[in-house]
Amino acid sequence: MSETPKDLRYTKTHEWVKTMPDGSVAVGITDHAQQLLGDLVFIELPKVGAEYAAGKECAVVESVKAASDIYAPVSGKIVEVNTRLGDAPETVNKGAYGDGWLFRMQPRNPDDLKSLLDAAAYAALVEAEGH
Amino acid sequence: MGHRTSLYDTHVRMGAKIVDFGGWDMPLHYGSQVEEHHKVRQDAGMFDVSHMNVVDLKGANVRPFLSLLMANNVDKLKTPGKAMYTCMLNAKGGVIDDLIVYYMNEQWFRLVMNAGTRTKDLAWLDATAREMGGVSVLARPDLGIIAVQGPNAREKVYQALGEALRPATEKLKPFFATNIGELFIATTGYTGEDGFELILPSKAAPYSWQGLAEVGVAPIGLGARDTLRLEAGMNLYGHDMDEATTPLESGLAWTVGWDPASRNFVGRDALERQRAQGVPRKLVGLALDDKGVLRDHQKVICDAAGEGEITSGSYSPTLGRSIALARVPAAVSVGSGCEVEVRGRRLAARVVKFPFVRNGKSCLD
Repeated sequence: MSETPKDLRYTKTHEWVKTMPDGSVAVGITDHAQQLLGDLVFIELPKVGAEYAAGKECAVVESVKAASDIYAPVSGKIVEVNTRLGDAPETVNKGAYGDGWLFRMQPRNPDDLKSLLDAAAYAALVEAEGH
Repeated sequence: MGHRTSLYDTHVRMGAKIVDFGGWDMPLHYGSQVEEHHKVRQDAGMFDVSHMNVVDLKGANVRPFLSLLMANNVDKLKTPGKAMYTCMLNAKGGVIDDLIVYYMNEQWFRLVMNAGTRTKDLAWLDATAREMGGVSVLARPDLGIIAVQGPNAREKVYQALGEALRPATEKLKPFFATNIGELFIATTGYTGEDGFELILPSKAAPYSWQGLAEVGVAPIGLGARDTLRLEAGMNLYGHDMDEATTPLESGLAWTVGWDPASRNFVGRDALERQRAQGVPRKLVGLALDDKGVLRDHQKVICDAAGEGEITSGSYSPTLGRSIALARVPAAVSVGSGCEVEVRGRRLAARVVKFPFVRNGKSCLD
């Protein structure tokens, strides 16, 4: 079974979003997503300063088997990327919600966060996909 | 629901992620594909490859039958038990399938062929057998195959299945087989490691699998099977060659039995013509210098020599970098640099010899 922490928000495309004290959001892939992908071996992160509209491809995670796009959960600017993943992409497999975060964004409109899924809605989505 | 091997329930119980593979419900991995890969390189792992097509050929004309149908020369098989890798070609020299032929005696040769090509393979064998006579083609869906591979594979097979197997198999060199009761044991494999392929009644497979698991042989999914064979520089049918490519364009010239010139196997004329005109393309290894992962069908740019395409690309757990097989213009030389187009960018790679890994060790300079 995969974990779905209650204090995070989620997308239908299996990203998680955590609001930081400074108003930026940390973004990663869910535990369910890392289980589906399997061992990650390469992660292509966005450039700091780049701007993305919600739903746009902004990163790629590659497992041994396949490459998968990561979509910007909200519109905004990239303010930091997790550079440790360059040499240790497996960090995401070990802790998708902790050290395995991918990047931080400054949302253009903080209200956009309200349209994301809560933990219960995301868990229901995963459950539905499994059938 | 796809076809299932007799080990399907066992895989599910052992936590396998099941995927469709050419119409079969097969294990992709049992948790971590990379850990499974390392287990085979460093210790011992087992694969359920019961989906593969075992065909027994019996009768007085089996040798001439194989001499006609196989690009490699079956007359190299003189010692009972000896095995040979070969392609079966169409008249244009295209590869219908690649397979292993085991010579057991003059009345009995055993073939192990791919699962995905089963229908066309059997049709091709049957048609030729009817024409020639003196050969019966017997598909063996009643048999399963467990490949046990890795430096400790042989010892663990003895521990699990009995010391009684040791005398007949301990000294078997690579590419041999022997038959002990209902168990057919071969020193063939698809990983570049030592080990056995066990062909046995499907019904007996779960019991043997369980015994192997109890002595610490790890179950390995098709995911790791693919990265292991790629590191070992072994072709995968449908990726690295198919009916539109000849063995000469697929890194398999070494499997063509040209001698004697009088042996007129199916596809020979086409191969002779291609050889005389110059083979336009060849299969090479690529090692990625940049970060990233090479994938099938990515474009390879080789400076002046032209462009090619990756036929098998993945991440190599042993080397910690991405490697690939690619079909490129014949003028491309080993050691030269090239670029691979990945998501609109060009990554730097090097043309290298393969295998990439042999018996657990890197073959790259």
